[in-house]
Amino acid sequence: MGSVITVVAVALVVAGAAAGLFWLVRGRRGFGTPADRAAFATLHEASLAAPPLRDGLNPDSARRAARHLRALLGTPALAVVGDGELLAWEGPGRRHAPAAVEHAREAMETGRPWVVPAELVECGDLDCPVRSAVVVPLVVDGLVVGALSVYGRQVSAGLVRAAGEVAHWVIAQLELAELDRSRTRMVEAELRALRAQISPHFVYNSLTAIASFVRTDPDQARELLLEFAELTRYSLRRHGQFSTLAEELRSVDRYLRLERARFGSRLQVDLLIAPEVLPVAVPFLCLQPIVENAVRHGLGPKPTPGRVTIRAEDAGAECRISVEDDGVGMDPEEVRVQLAGEGEGDSLGLGNVDERLRAVFGDEYGLVVETAPGAGTKVNVRVPKYRTGVRA
Amino acid sequence: MNPALGLAALAIVLAATVAIGVYGLRLSRATSDFYVASREVSPLWNASAIGGEYLSAASFLGVAGLVMAYGVDMLAYPVGYTAGYLVLLLLVAAPLRRSGAYTLPDFAEERLGSVAVRRVASVLVAVIAWLYLVPQLQGAGLTLQTVTGAPRWAGAVVVAAAVTGVAAAGGMRSVTLVQGFHFWLKLTAIAVPAVFLVLAWRSAGAPALTGPDVPRFPHTTVVRLDGQVRFDVRTAVTVGVRGALDGATYASGPGPGPTGGDPGAGAPVRLERGEHTAGPDTSLRFPAGAAVPHREGLAPATGASWANPLSGAGGRSHPLYAVYSILLATFLGTMGLPHVLVRFYTNPDGRAARRTTLLVLVLLSVFYLLPTVYGALGRIFAPQLLLTGQTDTAVLVLPQLTEAGGGGRLLAALATAGAFAAFVSTASGLTVSVAGVLSQDLMHGSARAFRWSTLLAGGPPLVMATATAGLPVADAIGLAFAVAASSFCPLLVLGIWWRGLTDAGALLGLVVGGGLAACAVVLTSVRGAGSGWSAALLEQPAAWTVPIAFAVMIAGSLLTRHRLSADAVDRVMLRMHLPEEVGSLPPAVTEPLPPAR
Repeated sequence: MGSVITVVAVALVVAGAAAGLFWLVRGRRGFGTPADRAAFATLHEASLAAPPLRDGLNPDSARRAARHLRALLGTPALAVVGDGELLAWEGPGRRHAPAAVEHAREAMETGRPWVVPAELVECGDLDCPVRSAVVVPLVVDGLVVGALSVYGRQVSAGLVRAAGEVAHWVIAQLELAELDRSRTRMVEAELRALRAQISPHFVYNSLTAIASFVRTDPDQARELLLEFAELTRYSLRRHGQFSTLAEELRSVDRYLRLERARFGSRLQVDLLIAPEVLPVAVPFLCLQPIVENAVRHGLGPKPTPGRVTIRAEDAGAECRISVEDDGVGMDPEEVRVQLAGEGEGDSLGLGNVDERLRAVFGDEYGLVVETAPGAGTKVNVRVPKYRTGVRA
Repeated sequence: MNPALGLAALAIVLAATVAIGVYGLRLSRATSDFYVASREVSPLWNASAIGGEYLSAASFLGVAGLVMAYGVDMLAYPVGYTAGYLVLLLLVAAPLRRSGAYTLPDFAEERLGSVAVRRVASVLVAVIAWLYLVPQLQGAGLTLQTVTGAPRWAGAVVVAAAVTGVAAAGGMRSVTLVQGFHFWLKLTAIAVPAVFLVLAWRSAGAPALTGPDVPRFPHTTVVRLDGQVRFDVRTAVTVGVRGALDGATYASGPGPGPTGGDPGAGAPVRLERGEHTAGPDTSLRFPAGAAVPHREGLAPATGASWANPLSGAGGRSHPLYAVYSILLATFLGTMGLPHVLVRFYTNPDGRAARRTTLLVLVLLSVFYLLPTVYGALGRIFAPQLLLTGQTDTAVLVLPQLTEAGGGGRLLAALATAGAFAAFVSTASGLTVSVAGVLSQDLMHGSARAFRWSTLLAGGPPLVMATATAGLPVADAIGLAFAVAASSFCPLLVLGIWWRGLTDAGALLGLVVGGGLAACAVVLTSVRGAGSGWSAALLEQPAAWTVPIAFAVMIAGSLLTRHRLSADAVDRVMLRMHLPEEVGSLPPAVTEPLPPAR
């Protein structure tokens, strides 16, 4: 037994050493001309500074980006100033940090780069490399959100130019961050739109169905009315983009009970739910439009009794949900149009769910619809069980 | 043992597992059924599932084997396996459930916001699961060999193929039900024969377990040696030999055995005091009352020293250190096992998670009483296992030695079924959770990736299990616990209870702690069992690797304090420690959406 493990261990060590050596050689000597390498180094620093900046301008992102920005400029010290406060100081001469906001004031008020006079910067220490500074304001969408202050022994024209270019690059990243945020806001707005869109047909049909029970079966009518109230409350809740699968299923269950009151024995429902996946966080109201689509468009036009099967399964790192009906089916082309968001009127549901799933989990998590005219419809949803920031 | 019955037991367990796995989703026709019943898994069922997944080959076979060979010190294993859940209950269960993390890498990312820590955690999960799977597969090989005489690797291949096949085909759709079923199967399979065993002991006049004598053959016993065994004879004895002994081959004809005229008795040979080698394919016939010669490296222990804690029975050195190290590894390692954590997510909230853990403690305590019975009575009824060295098979062999005829065969088949349930449930739970981690972190999680990942999860342990056979099953499991205790325990405990943990500190601690423990594991497997302090430290590394891991993680975090972002820590801490009903009152903290990938 020992020999095999020894061989494996030795192989692992050799592979690790080889990888380390390769990395050292590549990292130390590199390839290409010195100019190429300088360009690579610059691009590399820029690529390292980009991810923090994409979170927007805050102390944490500024601190993480400042290190790379300083390397990019090759300057002794660098400060990132936000709206009236110092966000990050990178490099020596930290005793100057409290004054950084004061240094940046002029540039932030005028919106133009400003070379801070040496007498405002210098301290008594002759070894201190922070002797002068150039401050470039960060203007995003016409608003000054902060400033980049570059400190050095002396400010050359080259440094002013370089600081300006780096500031432009930072501004571009911050604008992208703004874009991310507005995309998020857009998705949230769509979600609100979907909420408001609890189908008028459904409200009308449910209420008439309940009304028909009021005299014949008052208890049933009361139950249904309570279901309706609960469903409305859930659908119109204001907080949270996500909900647990258990809650979604509960809401779907209420919806189906109301529909069964109307359809009677024409609508049969099977639920196959693995209990493991009930606590998984899913986008709020991601199932009900699919089930509604199955009932209204799949089974509604069908004269004979129909069946809706809802499955939720545990599949490793993700949860698979499917909604299947044996109704009239759909034209695949029509489904494509719906999923592309080009549909209109009351068939917006599927496209909206698809879009929200993609926005939250990525493009590979869109809806998959299997259907053909007369062959029923099956809609598949995949949801990763865990994703940073996704929480019920 | 009757091979047909044993194989039938194996087939039934596998078929039931697959059937429940595939068809076990709760079907409800009326929607209200679903609404009431299948919303959540009850704590008892969930606890059964955790128990079912947790009780592995080490618990079912290994504990009895170790207790039989090395005495009551080895009770540290079942005590630790159970008490690990107490630590889990006190420190980890509820906050972890609230954190929303599904796997240990999820937790690392959630708490520390670092992809690097996540990657390292994924690697460690794979390493721990592999270490944990190897003894399961070895146990399967041992069981199939005991039942049918098939070669060692066959059982490992059967279980590995069944588990990875079913998992890859997506057949484990409702693991909770399967695992819950397996717990009760295992409990039955070990409890029913144990009752008969105790009755047999009573009817044999309740021979003393703690007497001053070494184990002796209760009656004339033929010991079959399939492989070559070196053993140590302390008192000279005349045995009947067929096959190879000390280099000479003895004819397999009728010979004048001690009972006279028995055709299988073999040639009479006097075994003098000292070391002897016998096998392969040899049978030795010992007269009743002869002292049992012990396998090389296993010192014969009198009943008194066997039952005396820290006496070093069986020839283990530094028993005090070893016991404490085992306790530390199992106490703290339980929380770091990849398949344990997943089950907690099935609880609807942190409160139910705590209740489940409490029930797990009860269920495990009941179960672990039983292997001890086998270990103790094995010395009386099946002492030849001390000669063959296959003490791990005590649970399988004992039922039919004590109960002659069909009853005994049925009991043996039941024990076999339980053993296979142990391998299958633990192995499938581990394979599924590791495949989940691997497919998510290495292959960006598609269904296809999951399938390949199951192969990656099940393959290496199979290779290792067929290539190695040395360590006792429970000892090998102990090493997996040691690695878990020195990597994930500090991460979880500090991550949940200390705001100061930084990503850099955690990374350093995981690498140093997990790395040291893993090195000790590799060295132990390479060197084999040894004696002296160095061997003791390497065989039971937890006592020094766990404190080192904690120290490194704390020191690393203190040195990199500037990396802390108070807001992020506050948010995670609040979520982990605030009970759900309080947490849901104000509008939830809205978090920015991650950018689409």
